[in-house]
Amino acid sequence: MEARAEEGARHPTPRQNPSKNPQRNPHLAPGSFSARIRQTVKARGFFSQVIFIVIVAALAVVVWQTASDNLSRLAVKSGYSFLLDAAPFELGDTIIPYRAGDSYLRAFAVGIANTVKVAVLGIVLSTVLGLFIALGQLSSSPALSRLCRGYVEIVRNVPLLLQLIFWHTFLTKSLPSVRQAFSPIDGIFLTNRGLYLPFPEPDPSHQWIGLAALLGIALAVAVVKLDRRALLREGRTRPTFRRAAAVLVAPPILVFLAFGAPMAWDVPALKGFNFRGGMDISPEFAAMLLGLTIYTAAFNAEIFRAGIQSVPKGQSEAGLALGLSKGQVMRMIVLPLALRIIIPPMANSYLNLTKESSLAVAIGYPEVVRVANITLAETSQAIECITIIMGIYLTLSLLTAAFLNWVNARAALVER
Amino acid sequence: MAGQIRGLFQASPLTLTLNVLAIGLFALIAVPLLDWAVISAVWQADDMTGCPPGEGACWAFIGAKLRLILFGRFPYDEQWRAAIATAVMIGLVVVSLNPRFWRPWLGPVWIGGLAVYALLMWGGIFGLSFIESSYWGGLPLTVLLTVVGTFFGLVVAVPVALARYSGYPVHRWAATLYVELIRGVPLISVLFMASVLLPIFLPDGFTPSGLGRVMAGIVLFFAAYMAEVLRGGLQSIPAGQIEAARALGISYPVLIGKIVLPQAFEAVLPAMVNLFIGALKGTSLVVIVAMMDLLGAAQASMADPNWIGFYVEAYAFAALIYVMMCGSISWYGRRVEKTLSRARAK
Repeated sequence: MEARAEEGARHPTPRQNPSKNPQRNPHLAPGSFSARIRQTVKARGFFSQVIFIVIVAALAVVVWQTASDNLSRLAVKSGYSFLLDAAPFELGDTIIPYRAGDSYLRAFAVGIANTVKVAVLGIVLSTVLGLFIALGQLSSSPALSRLCRGYVEIVRNVPLLLQLIFWHTFLTKSLPSVRQAFSPIDGIFLTNRGLYLPFPEPDPSHQWIGLAALLGIALAVAVVKLDRRALLREGRTRPTFRRAAAVLVAPPILVFLAFGAPMAWDVPALKGFNFRGGMDISPEFAAMLLGLTIYTAAFNAEIFRAGIQSVPKGQSEAGLALGLSKGQVMRMIVLPLALRIIIPPMANSYLNLTKESSLAVAIGYPEVVRVANITLAETSQAIECITIIMGIYLTLSLLTAAFLNWVNARAALVER
Repeated sequence: MAGQIRGLFQASPLTLTLNVLAIGLFALIAVPLLDWAVISAVWQADDMTGCPPGEGACWAFIGAKLRLILFGRFPYDEQWRAAIATAVMIGLVVVSLNPRFWRPWLGPVWIGGLAVYALLMWGGIFGLSFIESSYWGGLPLTVLLTVVGTFFGLVVAVPVALARYSGYPVHRWAATLYVELIRGVPLISVLFMASVLLPIFLPDGFTPSGLGRVMAGIVLFFAAYMAEVLRGGLQSIPAGQIEAARALGISYPVLIGKIVLPQAFEAVLPAMVNLFIGALKGTSLVVIVAMMDLLGAAQASMADPNWIGFYVEAYAFAALIYVMMCGSISWYGRRVEKTLSRARAK
């Protein structure tokens, strides 16, 4: 500022017109006068900031005072020590072992685990479905593209909460009762209390199969990297996908066979009033996953479509001219280029999905907000419960944002 | 038409297969849907015995519950008031969306319209009975929350966006903190905060009604998103324009009001329209804090023991209203965008 004003004073330009109302134009007025005006402007900025801080601080003090008055009148003990007390309620889906009598802290851990579970699965499924719908919209077939367009237009204009409540009502009201369970394949039972599936009996071979699967993933990554290096160095393409898939699945299958292929399944069976054994998927979780996937896929499809359409036509034409197939052009040229456009809005979409999983409170899937809501009703620790919800979501949002920033930095164009 | 249909089948083998598959899939969905919704639907019945289960849709149920779904708990004999008031509000919004009516008289018209709205909804004078806001419900509540949320959201968002854009660090940090904090948490937690924590934080007697608290929560939430969108618009304005305005001696309020904001709004219009649609859909969350909006009223319609098990009809009807409202907002957005791009091309 200083330099610009002095320069202006030395070289009068048409911009300088001190005689004409200099107060309205403080930055351009010359000499000591301008300095004084600038002082005023700076001082005004300074004062407005000080006044702002004072007002905010005064409000905070007043609110703090009223809150503590109100709380002492309601005889609510503030603080987070209640988290160690025993929680008297049961929760439906528990990944982490939990039952009534465990601490509130443990109940919140169950809630966080459930939020993460439904968010991660929802993100994966809605991305896959969204990609297919985007490709359908962009396909050469007018019928398919209209069908996909219709899906997007309808699904994203209906509130997610309505969709979730609809799916939950459908799964709990319209499916047969446990006694008349619908069983399309022996061992699989679809009822209004959930979906029951057979699950492999625990076996010592399982941990070795798991280790072999990890080895398979490492091998597949190595194959992809080696093939890419070969492509860049020698210009030779290899059937990377097939090779990677082979080394990915081979180790676990070999270990499975080496243990003599243990095939004992824990099949759910009707005992008393409900099915026991196997794996069960609750209607609450199924409704959450269905609703979140269907709703977010419509938004993800739009993001994919915009990204793919942003790739210049010349790129895919050049690919076709080089003799690549349409699928190869999409996979090797268009999608990697579109990714740079797609990642930032997609990150936003994933964050939205994570936050929207909080709507589970309306259908009783025990994620963070649901647990906090029951805890609030039990303990009336309103401030604590709501700050816990906000803290957890802020942390999840920041973690997701940090991870996606890292991915984005890797995918961004490396300029020479 | 015939040419189009022939075109569907005169293409490469892949396109042809996709066409056939898509038409097949469509038929698979549309034929049973049409059968359920129209052909074997029951249009008139006195109670649930008139709608045998397993047959088509029971639209007689919607007919019987129409007023409950549309108006919620609003007293039955006074529902005409809510209908007229909502029509007035929708009329005001439609008029304000047309640039032809952007005249100085629009402000007084809004004030008058809102006075009529409040008079009709609350009553209490001119022989109209007083109706407490906790009885407002159904579609009027959804419309009210959407209009209030977007209008006051914008009113809050403008200073917040300008503060983030300003050179004063304290204002900038405060605005950034607010925007990022709200954007990091779900709407439902803000609604909980408004409905549960406001009574604790405010002195006795100063606590607004349930409706007022929910409105505050919705405004606070969407204002953060609007401020973020608007910031993008502010950043898109070339610095040269601001320097030019200063050089011409234009004062800060005029610079912001006549040069910066109109261009910023124009630049972010599509994102803003999406936010309006988001706000409309977001109002359905008030169900969770025990308000009866369109979705809540649709749920309430299923409680009648004379009509049990017609949830598909109720939710489909509510969804149809939402689709029509969101669809018309996005239609408006597309139209404005088209007009703007035509104006830019000139």
